[in-house]
Amino acid sequence: MSTRLASGGRLLDRAKALEFSFNGKRMTGFQGDTLASALLANGQTLVGRSFKYHRPRGIVASGAEEPNALVNLGQGPRHEPNQRATTTELFEGLKATSQNHWPSLEFDVGVINNYASKFLPAGFYYKTFMAPRLAWKHVFEPFIRQSAGLGRAPKDRDPDTYEHFYAHVDVLVIGGGIAGLAAARQAGAAGAQVLLIEQTAHWGGRAPVDGAEIDGMPSEAWVRDTVEALEAAENIRLRTRCMGAGVYDHGYVLAYERLTDHDPHEGLPRHRLWKIRAKQVVTATGAIERPLSFAGNDLPGVMLASAVRDYAVNYGVSPGDRTVVVTNNDDAYRTALVLKQTGLEVPAIIDARFGSDGELVQAAKAAGIRIEFGRAVAKVKGRARVEGVAMTTQAGEGAVLEEIACDAVAMSGGWSPVVHLWSHCGGKLVWDADQAHFRPDPEVAPVGADGQGFVRAAGIASGAMGTAEVLADADAAGRAAAEATGHKKRRKAAPKAEPESPAPMAPVWVMPQGAGEALRSKMWLDFQNDVKVSDVELAAREGFESVEHTKRYTTLGMATDQGKLSNINGLAVLSQSLNQDIPQVGTTTFRPPYTPISMGAIAGEARGDIFQPLRRTPMHDWHEENGAHWEPVGHWRRPYCYQRPGESVEEAVHREVKNTRQALGFLDASTLGKILVKGPDAGKFLDMMYTNMMSTLKPGRCRYGLMCTENGFLTDDGVVARIDDETFLCHTTSGGADRIHGHMEEWMQTELWDWKVYTANLTEQYAQVAVVGPKAREALDLMGGMDLSAEALPFMGWAVGEIGGFKVRVYRISFSGELSYEIAVDAHRGRAFWDALLEAGAEFGAMPYGTEALHIMRAEKGFIMIGDETDGTVIPQDLGLDWAISKKKDDFLGKRAQARSHMVDPDRWRLVGLETLDGSVLPDGAYASAEGKNANGQRNVQGRVTSTYFSPTLSKGIAMGLVKRGPDRMGEVLEFPKIGGEAVKAKIVSPVFYDPEGEKQNV
Amino acid sequence: MSDVVAALQGAVYDGFAKVEAAGPRGMITVKGDLAASVLKNATTGVAGVDFPGQGEANCVGEKGICWMAPDEVLVLVPYAEVPDAVGRMEKVLAGTHHLIANVSDARALFFVSGLDAREVIAKLTPADVSPSAFRPGQFRRTRLAQVPAAFWMRDAETFEVICFRSVARYVFDLLKTAALPGSEVGYF
Repeated sequence: MSTRLASGGRLLDRAKALEFSFNGKRMTGFQGDTLASALLANGQTLVGRSFKYHRPRGIVASGAEEPNALVNLGQGPRHEPNQRATTTELFEGLKATSQNHWPSLEFDVGVINNYASKFLPAGFYYKTFMAPRLAWKHVFEPFIRQSAGLGRAPKDRDPDTYEHFYAHVDVLVIGGGIAGLAAARQAGAAGAQVLLIEQTAHWGGRAPVDGAEIDGMPSEAWVRDTVEALEAAENIRLRTRCMGAGVYDHGYVLAYERLTDHDPHEGLPRHRLWKIRAKQVVTATGAIERPLSFAGNDLPGVMLASAVRDYAVNYGVSPGDRTVVVTNNDDAYRTALVLKQTGLEVPAIIDARFGSDGELVQAAKAAGIRIEFGRAVAKVKGRARVEGVAMTTQAGEGAVLEEIACDAVAMSGGWSPVVHLWSHCGGKLVWDADQAHFRPDPEVAPVGADGQGFVRAAGIASGAMGTAEVLADADAAGRAAAEATGHKKRRKAAPKAEPESPAPMAPVWVMPQGAGEALRSKMWLDFQNDVKVSDVELAAREGFESVEHTKRYTTLGMATDQGKLSNINGLAVLSQSLNQDIPQVGTTTFRPPYTPISMGAIAGEARGDIFQPLRRTPMHDWHEENGAHWEPVGHWRRPYCYQRPGESVEEAVHREVKNTRQALGFLDASTLGKILVKGPDAGKFLDMMYTNMMSTLKPGRCRYGLMCTENGFLTDDGVVARIDDETFLCHTTSGGADRIHGHMEEWMQTELWDWKVYTANLTEQYAQVAVVGPKAREALDLMGGMDLSAEALPFMGWAVGEIGGFKVRVYRISFSGELSYEIAVDAHRGRAFWDALLEAGAEFGAMPYGTEALHIMRAEKGFIMIGDETDGTVIPQDLGLDWAISKKKDDFLGKRAQARSHMVDPDRWRLVGLETLDGSVLPDGAYASAEGKNANGQRNVQGRVTSTYFSPTLSKGIAMGLVKRGPDRMGEVLEFPKIGGEAVKAKIVSPVFYDPEGEKQNV
Repeated sequence: MSDVVAALQGAVYDGFAKVEAAGPRGMITVKGDLAASVLKNATTGVAGVDFPGQGEANCVGEKGICWMAPDEVLVLVPYAEVPDAVGRMEKVLAGTHHLIANVSDARALFFVSGLDAREVIAKLTPADVSPSAFRPGQFRRTRLAQVPAAFWMRDAETFEVICFRSVARYVFDLLKTAALPGSEVGYF
């Protein structure tokens, strides 16, 4: 059983004990522990169940590559699944639970799958659930959904906050091991702006554990001195707990900083997502040790050799009294030596190679450790944890030579450089046969806009294996990166270490090499997804030759660890099965993020009130205080209606319509787009933008205009006012202001670039109020200051002046059919003007009205609404707006398109009014049915409803719709089937239901 | 005019940097040929500062000229002086192709001040605001989170930030969130 040693643990503060719980059991750890080290210290070797077979699983690794120790962290709204115990720093009160077990971690019913593993081979889902079809939905899917998935998804709103931070640097160094430190040191010395980030809380990586000496001092001392020197430099910035998550085009890098995970702090941001623009990126991301594939390598107690010594040195944790080391290289001997020095037993080192006389091997011999060359583990003994290993010859089939009792197995299959960040943006890899790993190919680096590489790998991440080589390589990478950003070389010597001379490692992909099916089906490649050597071999036999296909078929490397441990071993097994070289098989694609990052960090500050920008008019607060029922219009919020106490939304809308028609209504029209167009060619330009002739408009007059896309479809409408000879003010729809301004600018900057026109979007400069109703003039006259008589300001005219002391521009336009003035004032005075209007209007029964009343009144008048009557397929001619399409102009946007055969087809659906025979309101979007069925067996249709309301003015349902040859069929009755089967009958009528002569607005 | 009220006028948040919503400020968009001396004369005449180069803002007190685009500058004057400034510039530019528009009311103005003011801005804008890249005298049109914005520095510790009036609340809340005490980045 694992336990805490009496002394040791260089990262621990033994004076600070921390209480935490695992599956409700109270445990104790120390400040500096990870959850994983604390669990081991408490003897908790069983930490989870595997995905498919529910096999017992223990901690394998000590870092980001951990596949097994995924836990649920936190409770209630802070519950978070799939948290890696090895990278979770322990804090007081931490609550963790294990995943994927039922009913308990120790006794799991799903383990039955384990015995049925013969029936759950690679591609099981694809093979089994093909037929019968109904069984998938009713039997298989519910079963799989219930048994699949590791953690539970959180259900509540996340109470934590997150943020982003943008940084721009010359050189970004990712990884704070000795390579990253050396690279940052040299790049900084050259004067570059350097940012060095490290995913853990500690600098120096594994060098202190592995006992390296640098510049004549222990690496720990060198790391401390170097960090101090870097921190003192003004041009170098350092962050711990900050992981390089992804490298993207143009030197864009995402880094994930965990601010308070280790010390939860209510109210402060939990994670910070760094958005970094780096001219050069140095990936000093280290390497990951590979497991060995022997039967039972997934039992709790089998760990990576490097992890075993990490736990011993960093956390003072023993994996068990007796640890057998299994290796194919010299490096794992460090683990044996560390354990021996700690006073623990190493019954044997089982080395698959035929021999080695490297320094570490000699040291192990000198320490009296039994070394068995040419041997292998036939299988690990034990059910829920390691009880021993059966030794065999590596060359054989697995005949047991000897059983060695032990509590833990430390395995090492060699080291794979962490090439993820190098690869994200297109860096290529080469196969290094000596080390049996892929490493970055410096000749094919990710390239920037200038065609030059912008990522350099450094240290062991680039394939430099010994401390001396790592330091030299990283120093050169830092120097080159600084140079590439235009900083001069400085003569600063690279840090030095004694060269080492390890014996070569031997590639061992299956142990023993001749193992039969029974053993191979117990050799785990992907611990999290339960993919075994036999699964990959089966996939190869079934014809999955591409590594990407094999990955998906077997789910190898598809778990939350993304194959950090399984990748190379898996594709080595695949290549052997296919009888191809490993580089020929290649790797799967490395995609960001390096390890999962929180959704909250991606969202950053965008939550709650600032999830999305909300646009507010100057009168917004008044609306809010007066019962506004909001409607989103683009990012604006507009009052749909103003509800009075006890009133339904519908009642409020009807009241507002009636009051406006009978007395006086105010509409906050500030959201309407207002685009100033000015220049000698402004008239010509607007003639091109609009279907109407705008250049003939006289100053002081307004004209309703239509805008089409170059494909002829109606895209926006609004009133244009001519301010002076060279100046027009174009009103757009509320949602269309930015889009239409962009549309105008695009045409000016691309096609009409030599026309002398400037535009400015003045939408927000003005608060605008529509003063509408038979009492409009009286109320405004009461405020005084301006002659608003029909003679002084006729329909479709505008004037500037003063009303009630406010400087205004008044447009005599009407979207309701009533006497109407749209009045613009400077936005900073908008609220004051609104208040003044309400006061003056009070004696005339004035009430504000919302967008729904606006919609009803315009529908009563048969006015179209962009987005209701148009949907991107409708041309003005469909809407009976031929009068607004100039026949005199040579050209306007959409003119040619509108001449196409389908556009002039008399069968097009065209705008009509629709009146139900029973006075009811037609359902919105309902289709008019026609005889027969189409090729898909659906009922033919001949029209549809585009706007439909109950008209409080006419006390009946009114609607507009597009109907095939509609205007030619006045008086015909159409059937509109409703959802549920019945149909409503409606007669085709004129779309103008109210005051067809326009007498009300022109008074 | 006591009823002239800028968006959020008077709102203040004391975070690790101070965020304040300013009162009304005169802002005038001037479009035209920036190389023409007549345009330079017109704008410098009312702003009383040198004409800025690309990406620059020359501001003194409430007055200034900010470079917005190759054919556009923003002239800053006290709010009450806008009609006069527009009139004077129109007079000088008469007969040339140009556009002058009062946009004072279309905008909201914020001050972000304090030793770590840069960090507040750097949490929200993708623009480089490190001391080596952005100093008083420079001007940047960019975005703050999800909306367009622009800023310049009044002095080494104070940003003046403008955005559209309708999103004043959003931008104030953004700045406030970014300035939360304890969330200092410690970067610049």
